[in-house]
Amino acid sequence: MSHPPSDAAPLISIEAVDKWYGAFQVLRGITLTVRKGEKIVLCGPSGSGKSTLIRCINHLETYQAGRIVVDGVVVNDSVKNIDTVRSEVGMVFQSFNLFPHLTILQNCTLAPMRVRGVNKATAEATARRYLDRVRILDQADKYPAQLSGGQQQRVAIARALCMEPKAMLFDEPTSALDPEMVKEVLDTMVGLAADGMTMICVTHEMGFARQVADRVIFMANGELVEQAPPEVFFRNPTQQRTRDFLGQILAQH
Amino acid sequence: MGPKLDFSVVFDALPALLWGCVGTFQLALSGMALALAIGIGGVLTRNSRRAPVRLATITFIEIIRNTPFLVQIFFLFFALPGLGVKLDPTQTAILALGLNGGAYAIEIIRGGVQSIPKGQTEAGLALGLHKGQVFRLIILTPALRAIFPALTGQFIMLTLTSSICSSVAAYELTSVAQRIESDTFRSFEVYFTITGMYLAMSWILMVGFAAIARRQFNYPTR
Ligand SMILES: Nc1ncnc2c1ncn2[C@@H]1O[C@H](COP(=O)(O)OP(=O)(O)OP(=O)(O)O)[C@@H](O)[C@H]1O
Ligand SMILES: [Mg+2]
Repeated sequence: MSHPPSDAAPLISIEAVDKWYGAFQVLRGITLTVRKGEKIVLCGPSGSGKSTLIRCINHLETYQAGRIVVDGVVVNDSVKNIDTVRSEVGMVFQSFNLFPHLTILQNCTLAPMRVRGVNKATAEATARRYLDRVRILDQADKYPAQLSGGQQQRVAIARALCMEPKAMLFDEPTSALDPEMVKEVLDTMVGLAADGMTMICVTHEMGFARQVADRVIFMANGELVEQAPPEVFFRNPTQQRTRDFLGQILAQH
Repeated sequence: MGPKLDFSVVFDALPALLWGCVGTFQLALSGMALALAIGIGGVLTRNSRRAPVRLATITFIEIIRNTPFLVQIFFLFFALPGLGVKLDPTQTAILALGLNGGAYAIEIIRGGVQSIPKGQTEAGLALGLHKGQVFRLIILTPALRAIFPALTGQFIMLTLTSSICSSVAAYELTSVAQRIESDTFRSFEVYFTITGMYLAMSWILMVGFAAIARRQFNYPTR
C-alpha cells in the first residue's frame, strides 16, 4: 500500500472542536489533521462521540467551539461553505440510506444532476463506471429493496463516489450487515483506499484497520485518547483505556 | 308507503342528473388538487423554523377542523365579496372544498413525512442537496405512499362533502336533484337515484386512486 508523503497538504483540519448536547459535552477539544490520501480508522466504545465527530465534518452536526476546515473551506453556518464541503466530502452510513423509490442508477445520478448540474447522459455514464467499480453494474435498474445489505452498501459507496468527492467518511459501514456480507464491503473500501482516496472510517473491523489505515485513532468520552500507525497501535498501545478496549474488541472477533 | 313509485321523472331527468355528476366531479377534482397543494405546502409551513408561519398554519388547521363545512362555505360566499373578492358559486365551492380538504391533508401528509427515517434526509444533505430538494426529491414520494390510503379516503370524503355546496347553488349533483325534486315532487325517486350515483362516483374514484398508486408507488419496499 502506498502511503501518502507526510508533507502532503492537509485536506481536513479539525482544530480544538468542542460540542455539547445541552449540558453534556460530546466532543472535547478534538484536534486532528488529515492529509490528502490519508486513511484514518476511528474506533472507540459506544457513545464516545465517533459519529458526532465525523458528522461535524460535513455539518450534519454543528459544533460550538473550535474550527473545521475542509480543503480550505471553513465548515461554519455559511450555507455556501456547507454546500461546497458537502459536495466534496462523501458519506456512507451504517444503515445504507438508499432512496427506496429510485432505481440504483437513479440513486447514483440524483446528486450529480441536481447539485453539480451534470446532464443525464454524463451522470449515467459516471454512475455506470462507479457501479462497475463496486461490481454491481448488473443491478443498475433494480430498486434498493431488491438488493442484499452488502449490495446496498456498495451502491451507497458508488453513489457517494459519483460526486467525485475529495474525501470519504464512513460511519460503521459494516455494522448492520450479516457476517457473510462484511467482506464484500470491506474489499470495496480497500480498493478505494488503494486508489488513493482520503478516508475517515469509523469501524471496529481491526483487520481492515491493519490492512489500510495510516493511523488508527482511539476515542473515548469525546476525546482522542491515542493515535498511532496500526502496527504500533495494536502492538504497543500506551494508554490503559486503549488496551482495555482492544482486549474487548479482539475477544469479540 | 305513500303514493306509488314513479321513476319515469328520473328517466326524463337523467341527462340533467348525469351533468350534475360531471359538476360534482369538477368540484371534487379541483378541490382535491387544491387540497393536495395546500396539504404539501402546509407541511412545510407547519414545520417552518419561523414561529409566525408555523402558528398561522396551526391556526388555519384548528379553525377548519373545528367548524362546520356549511358555515365555512357560507363564510366564503358572504364574506369574500365584502373584502372585494368576487367569486361565482362554483369557484367559491372549489375554494371551500380545497381549504377544508387541505387542512386535513396537512395533518395526514405530515404523518407520512414523519414516518420517513431521518437517515434519508441525512443522506440527501450529505450528497449536497438542499433541504427543499431533499423534501421534493427524496421524502415526498415515500411519504405520500405511506399515507395514500388515508389521503384518498379523505378525498372521497371531500367528494361527498361537495353536496353541501348546493347551499350556495354551486352546479353539482345535489343541487340538480333539488331542482328536479321541487319541479316534480318525486323526492324518494330522485334521492334514491342520486344515492346510487354518489356510490358509483366513489367507486370510480377508488379505482382511479388505485391506478395512480400502481403507477406512482410501484417500487418494492421489501
Ligand atoms: N441528538 C442528541 N441529543 C443528545 N445526546 C446525543 C444526541 N446524539 C448523540 N448524543 C449523545 O452523544 C454521545 C456520542 O454519540 P455518538 O453517536 O457520536 O457516539 P458513537 O461513538 O458514534 O457511538 P456508537 O458506537 O454507539 O455509534 C452519546 O452519549 C449519545 O448519547
Ligand atoms: Mg456511531
